Amino acid sequence: MNPLETLRTSISAILSRKMRSGLTMLGILIGVAAVMLTVGLGQGAQQAVASEIDSLGSNLLVVTPGSSTSSNGVRGGFGSATTLTLADANLLADQNNCPDISAVAPIMSSSQSVTSATSNWTTSLIGTTPGWLPVRARTVTSGRFFTSQESSDGATVAVIGTTTASELFTGSPVGQSVTVNGTTFTIIGELNTAGSSIAGNQDDTLLIPISTFAERIASSAQVGSVSSIYLEASGQSTLSAAYQEAQQALDTAHGTTADAADFSIASQASLVQTATSTSRTLTVLLGGIAAISLLVGGIGVMNIMLVSVTERIREIGLRKALGATPAVIMRQFLTEASLLGLIGGTLGVIVGVIGARLLPGVISQPVSVSPVATVGALLVSLLIGIIAGVYPASRAARLAPIDALRME
Amino acid sequence: MLTQGGDSRVIEGLDREPIVDLDEIRKTYSAGSVAVEALRGVSLRVDVGEYLAITGPSGSGKSTLMHIIGCLDVPTSGTYLLSGQDVSTMTERELAHVRNRRIGFVFQQFNLLASLTALRNVELPLVYAGVPAADRARRALEALDAVGLGDRVDHRPGQLSGGQQQRVSVARALVNDPDLILADEPTGNLDSVATRDVLALFDELHASGHTIVLITHEHDVAARSGRQVSVRDGLLVLGEGIGNLTLSTGVRG
Repeated sequence: MNPLETLRTSISAILSRKMRSGLTMLGILIGVAAVMLTVGLGQGAQQAVASEIDSLGSNLLVVTPGSSTSSNGVRGGFGSATTLTLADANLLADQNNCPDISAVAPIMSSSQSVTSATSNWTTSLIGTTPGWLPVRARTVTSGRFFTSQESSDGATVAVIGTTTASELFTGSPVGQSVTVNGTTFTIIGELNTAGSSIAGNQDDTLLIPISTFAERIASSAQVGSVSSIYLEASGQSTLSAAYQEAQQALDTAHGTTADAADFSIASQASLVQTATSTSRTLTVLLGGIAAISLLVGGIGVMNIMLVSVTERIREIGLRKALGATPAVIMRQFLTEASLLGLIGGTLGVIVGVIGARLLPGVISQPVSVSPVATVGALLVSLLIGIIAGVYPASRAARLAPIDALRME
Repeated sequence: MLTQGGDSRVIEGLDREPIVDLDEIRKTYSAGSVAVEALRGVSLRVDVGEYLAITGPSGSGKSTLMHIIGCLDVPTSGTYLLSGQDVSTMTERELAHVRNRRIGFVFQQFNLLASLTALRNVELPLVYAGVPAADRARRALEALDAVGLGDRVDHRPGQLSGGQQQRVSVARALVNDPDLILADEPTGNLDSVATRDVLALFDELHASGHTIVLITHEHDVAARSGRQVSVRDGLLVLGEGIGNLTLSTGVRG
């Protein structure tokens, strides 16, 4: 019996039991698609977090103040202290102290109501220096960013994010003015669109010179301190050198040691690590659920195949009586089981890929297609189908033809 | 050598080996702790061109005997020479080959595959013989024509009457041109008209030189054969209805 004939026999056997074949393939389909989508969901989340942190800027270090301890011994949260100052930022910007730091952007920020001629909008108001632009890997699409001169002189100019701009103005925002906390600012530039990140909508912001922020916006508690300092290392290879230079310079300035510093420095890599480890836990959890669903689906497939083969022991006996060797019988059932597994698995992959495309629109979560999960799920379901189909068939093929024929 | 019936080839003295030569065949089934002896030492020869009927009440062991003759089952002890070849030395592969090329089966239950057309059912032995597709269809059509079902080739078993289904299974038994046709109660599930048709078919096959061994418990069916032997309690007894059956050739031991 040649392979073509075996294939033909298998196909006609599958077609003659449409319901059962359909259910078997459905079990495999659901198993494969479920594994693909759940693992894809976890991985998509992981990648999204990583790319969001990437979008913060490359070779980034973030210096944040340590926690404050009040006079009665109550220790505040990290970042609550006011130990970082503009002087610290200037220290870090000094190329003699820190040759591997290429850009520095001190940040003061608060949520403020911004008023234009026609409407008002609450946004994240950030006081910073021109270093902000390279550090955050952003650009200005129209107009310009404020200069170092404006930054230190307390000029009343502002650069606006696209979301804020569209909330406040109908046309181009450049040249218009807004009022914040009683001070009128002239919009001199508009930022490029960066999208949303874990830190919120990066386009909903208004940037003003840091000295202006300190003079006109900052609360009394904030005065003189900055909420964080963004540093950019001159390159990937100098990141750790930049980290150490910053640590040393600030320790010296604050009179602290690395063990008891009143500030902390986080690298982008450590941010990525923290964030992705969370979503990796999610992926493992989802993958575990998917594996269980594949297993349950596999047991269903096994059940159907087992019943199907048991029902056909008489057929096996007859085929043997007509001259089929056990090997031919085995090949037929192997082909049948593989075909069912392959068709069901392929359909599962198709459903998985389509699902990975459609799902983000429904649940607004990115779903990536993982080749490892896809191939793994496909192989496992194929294996389950083949074992479940071939094992009982091999037992039946070894029976004396008459024993198989007598089987009811 | 004395023979019974009208086998011209044997009468002409051609010294041919018998197709079937059973010697002291025993078959024991173990049903749980109880061993059941279905055959208790059967010796039987079937010559080329013979039409032999094996009769006996149900449970006598006649079906077991046929299954052993047809290589569907193996004896517990005794030797079985099929055209001179010892079946007990054959591998599973060789046995499959024997069932495929040298023996054609007709079952009481027809045993047609319900999902296949009459033509595909008849083609099955040719498929396992490795006959090319075009050849296969031609030979299967010829066999179906021979049993008078040339116009029913595309019907599935469910669309055919019992008699027609049995004729399909006769066509399937014939298609590989076997040395021996074995029929196990071929008329057991048929009405009298269909029975007459199928028996007429066997008469034709016998007349054209085929060797037929038929199992039945109906006397009028057995009467159509050239020779009868009877099985009682796992042993062969003298043929019924034919007085001049010669013990030394037909039944030994």
